[in-house]
Amino acid sequence: MTRACALHAEEVSYEVERGRALLDKVTLEARPGETVGVVGPNGSGKTTLLRCVYGTLRPTRGRILLDGDDAAALHAKARARKVAAVPQDGGVGFGLTARQVAAMGRSPHKRFWEGDTARDTARVAEALERAGAAALATRPFESLSGGERQRVLVARALAQGPALLALDEPTNHLDVRYQWELLTLVRDLPATGLLALHDLNLAAYFCDRLYVLDAGRVVASGPPGEVLTEELLARVYAVRAEVRVHPRTGAPTVVYLPPGLEDARR
Amino acid sequence: MPEPVPRTSPLRRTLVCAALTAMLLTGAVAGLALGSARIPVGEVLAALAGRSGPGPFTTIVLDVRLPRVLLAAVVGAGLALVGAVLQALVRNPVADPYLLGISSGASTGAALVVVFGIGAVSMSVGAFAGAMVALLVVYAMARRGGAMTTGRLVLAGVAVQYVLSALTSLVLVTSSEKEHLRAILFWTLGGLGQARWDTLALPALVLLAGLVLLLALARPLDLLLVGEEGATTLGLEVGRFRAVAFVLASLVTAVLVTVSGSIGFVGLMVPHAARMVVGAAHRALLPVAALGGAAFLVLADLAARTVAAPQEIPVGVLTALTGGPFFLWLLRRSPRGEGAWA
Repeated sequence: MTRACALHAEEVSYEVERGRALLDKVTLEARPGETVGVVGPNGSGKTTLLRCVYGTLRPTRGRILLDGDDAAALHAKARARKVAAVPQDGGVGFGLTARQVAAMGRSPHKRFWEGDTARDTARVAEALERAGAAALATRPFESLSGGERQRVLVARALAQGPALLALDEPTNHLDVRYQWELLTLVRDLPATGLLALHDLNLAAYFCDRLYVLDAGRVVASGPPGEVLTEELLARVYAVRAEVRVHPRTGAPTVVYLPPGLEDARR
Repeated sequence: MPEPVPRTSPLRRTLVCAALTAMLLTGAVAGLALGSARIPVGEVLAALAGRSGPGPFTTIVLDVRLPRVLLAAVVGAGLALVGAVLQALVRNPVADPYLLGISSGASTGAALVVVFGIGAVSMSVGAFAGAMVALLVVYAMARRGGAMTTGRLVLAGVAVQYVLSALTSLVLVTSSEKEHLRAILFWTLGGLGQARWDTLALPALVLLAGLVLLLALARPLDLLLVGEEGATTLGLEVGRFRAVAFVLASLVTAVLVTVSGSIGFVGLMVPHAARMVVGAAHRALLPVAALGGAAFLVLADLAARTVAAPQEIPVGVLTALTGGPFFLWLLRRSPRGEGAWA
């Protein structure tokens, strides 16, 4: 069930109206099992790109290929069996318990009138456990904190048994411990991972490769060590920063520098 | 906070259904026994079992009261069912079966038939035609210029509702005949006084079909609760599903309105009460809401007939009078964050 899926975005554009493109010919690749990060400033198109991948938006030009099949041609259910999403806004749940929300992950594998079997229930319990949400199972979803909801939505995505997992700012609302647990979990899953992230240090540590979006275009891509440079941070984010390979983690580490430090550094 | 018996446990659902069924049956027997003529329960049961000979009691029980009690159960169940579904479809707690202008359409249709006496067309036919026209107008308006979003649908429904209510009022005001007034009021206030065996079959069949089909849609209805984006990523073609479910719910409502007018509050309140008792998952919610709606309307109609006898109070007035405070009480006692939509 859990096999990894190859993702190709071929010159994907998304125009809200003629001449206003949220995505402009974005080409991206995630090989089976890879963890790929999408970074970039607010409004650079990260969420739009992810929505095109998990199918709530259709690219106005270009194609998203899942194992070579055009995602737009897939039936919603067939796509949902392949791709699981943790969107930024997980909805409210209106009286459902956390377990019921997580159990929805089994839906793409069921006919719409079918109930959940004991096997489904077991998979949901396992997913809740892995996402660190087992203790939340009987709580009403809307009574949970932002971070707790996020964990339940991750459990829902895991219960889907996806070959590609797309997460939009999954570390929002999470404290440091759960940020690390979640990203470790995603990286170690056999499924391919596509993550939109704000935290560049987390992106550098957990992702095999990064794509940097700016104003809907890919402006850099490659392994974190090649992509995250002081020059790029200045150009794309307009911040001064120092990037060093951390001696113990071996990952590039970004330290932001306030403008006042300029002279002291020299 | 751990709960002793989780709201979602199958045991709890079974117990709730059993209690509601008992309430419905008791209410039905009381409904058959009480009224302008009091009939001993023994006689009622004998008549039901076909063991009583011909006589006034048998006639009252089988031909007068039984169809009315059954209609109350059918209409109550249907309104609560459709209300629960519409609340999920538009993700709005104040949605009720009359949301899309169906009841206003029915009143207007009936009013036009009464006042202008269009040939041999009966009021029911006028009411059904009015409901359908209102519905089509609402859909057409919501679809204009692109996708049929729920926001547009609700707005179109409200607009159509106001226009049609105004039309009905206009017809009422300009008509001088008392009889017309009374007939039209039946549709606006709602009532079960028109219950007869031959008007019962259609709503009963429609309810049964609606119940089976909507129960089969419990899973996609659940998916809608987490929002459009979530539902899509879980494999639901949201637009298409919503259109199908809307049409189903609307058809059931139109048939119910035709036989009972617009009985307020059942379709709004009973689903909320049911959610507070068994949770929001539709596989448990829909049967409980339907049973609860049936029991509630049977009891409300019994009260409507007997409280101020021989005068009969419109049942819609009673459902609002009793349902409103009950609902507020439920809201108050449900802990913070556990309220269905709080």
